[in-house]
Amino acid sequence: MLEVCDDPQALAGVQWLTCYLTSGKHLLFYQSFGTVMLLLLVTAPVSLAFGFAGAGAARSRVAPLRWLGKGYTSIVRGVPDIAFFLFFVIALDQAFEWLRHQVKCPDWDAPIRQGSDFVVCAQAKLPLSSSPQWVHESYGFALAVLTFAIVFGAFAANVLYGAMRSVPRAQMETAEAYGMTHRQAYWRILVPQMWVYALPGLSNLWMILIKATPLLFLLGVEDIVYWARELGGSKTARFSDFPHGDWRMYYFGALLVFYLLLTRVSEVVLDRLMARLSHGQATAAGEAQRKATA
Amino acid sequence: MDYGLRSIGIGERLLPRTDFTLCQQFTLIGSGMIWNIYFGVLALAAGFFLSITVALGKAARNPVARKSAEWFIFIFRGSPLFIQFFFAYFAFLSLKQVSPIFDPLTSAALGATIVLFLNTSAYAGEIFFGALKSIPKGDLEAADAYGLMGWKRFRRITFPTMLRLAWPAYTNEAIFLFHATALVFFSGFPAWQQRGDALYYASYFADKTFNPFVPYPILAFYFILLTLTVITVFGAINRRLTRHLPQEYRPRMRLRPMLVR
Repeated sequence: MLEVCDDPQALAGVQWLTCYLTSGKHLLFYQSFGTVMLLLLVTAPVSLAFGFAGAGAARSRVAPLRWLGKGYTSIVRGVPDIAFFLFFVIALDQAFEWLRHQVKCPDWDAPIRQGSDFVVCAQAKLPLSSSPQWVHESYGFALAVLTFAIVFGAFAANVLYGAMRSVPRAQMETAEAYGMTHRQAYWRILVPQMWVYALPGLSNLWMILIKATPLLFLLGVEDIVYWARELGGSKTARFSDFPHGDWRMYYFGALLVFYLLLTRVSEVVLDRLMARLSHGQATAAGEAQRKATA
Repeated sequence: MDYGLRSIGIGERLLPRTDFTLCQQFTLIGSGMIWNIYFGVLALAAGFFLSITVALGKAARNPVARKSAEWFIFIFRGSPLFIQFFFAYFAFLSLKQVSPIFDPLTSAALGATIVLFLNTSAYAGEIFFGALKSIPKGDLEAADAYGLMGWKRFRRITFPTMLRLAWPAYTNEAIFLFHATALVFFSGFPAWQQRGDALYYASYFADKTFNPFVPYPILAFYFILLTLTVITVFGAINRRLTRHLPQEYRPRMRLRPMLVR
């Protein structure tokens, strides 16, 4: 905090605004942008891994594994994703507590679902009621990441499954002709080649992931939406050093601009990446590059 | 049951508080679907016309029309619908203070429909623009050869072909618009007297019973039903749009999972 800001009542104009925008709560607000970026950076690889596993399972020659993979890739088709978010957060939480309950309190005989309550023994509570605040917060965040990863993993599995099927069949036949086993052909031929087919779908997915981050708010994480509502609401002089009217519109306007910038930057970066990956590939984009330079 | 029309304010006033039966959950969540269908149908119907305007604007030679269409599409496709709802709601709240004429805008019934309408127009506008660009050159040359110009050419050649090419993608858009309606009551717009949509009631039950394994599958059941209905209706229209084509040229409808807005 700046020293000039010690007496907010005396300030005016630009100075007031500077002090207002650097108040403690605003710093938390700025940090929550970091939370969103962290979520993006953690979720993207995790859901890619989920998707990879799902797509691999959907191609499996073992029938139950294939059904599992196909079921996973198709859960996202018919139902609004927000319903999945709301569902998985509670369901995962209860699943973890139930597992811990089974392990830690084997001689507990009361039923877990008592009417409208979900009761597990005190040691099985997640997080423990005695743990500090930051554990609670990071547990909430971890649950959110896992939920995002499950839902977006299903999207990614769909994209990767399609990409694996678009690798020319002749490539796999050649691998078989060289006597590679199924596993070798999969890891050495199919997987390295599928990325260029998958990238358009995956970059689309990245955009979708960016646009899904405000849903963190619904999962109970103190993210940018939470703070924008909190800080924007009208404040009277009694409760705040910086009284103002209802400014939530401006805060959400700022969030809108933030997201527009984020999608725009991603678009540019992904276009460059696509251009680089297409270089020398036997696809239309690669061919166009070759013609442009020739 | 007394909850069949609860979401539009007819029937029992109090929501169930204890002893939740499966039947109650089914009826109440089903009654919430009325709102989802209302939002979706209204936004789609109105958005159809605006999206074609936007697509034509983006394809126009006039730079003012082109730029404004591009910005419109960028703003609504580049930002989350969730934030758009919040922003619109608070913007409508401030408008309300200017004049009471804007009062109805802050209700979900009108305000959220407007946001959804603009949003779907942007997404569908991009789809129609893509279709407009992929109209076969030969069709347009044939139109020129017949001396078709202006409105007549648009009405007889450009528009039907564009619609036919865009239809599978547009079906997809319609499905995800219906899914997006579930966001309305979680984003600022208040559920007045607890008249909410299907997800509102589903999360109400999940909160009260601490058991997500009943209400959310029910919700999923309703939404899958809705999705299948949309596919059937749009598939019928697709068959009508392509009835002059030989069988193997007819585009098949493919559902692509994407678009969290």
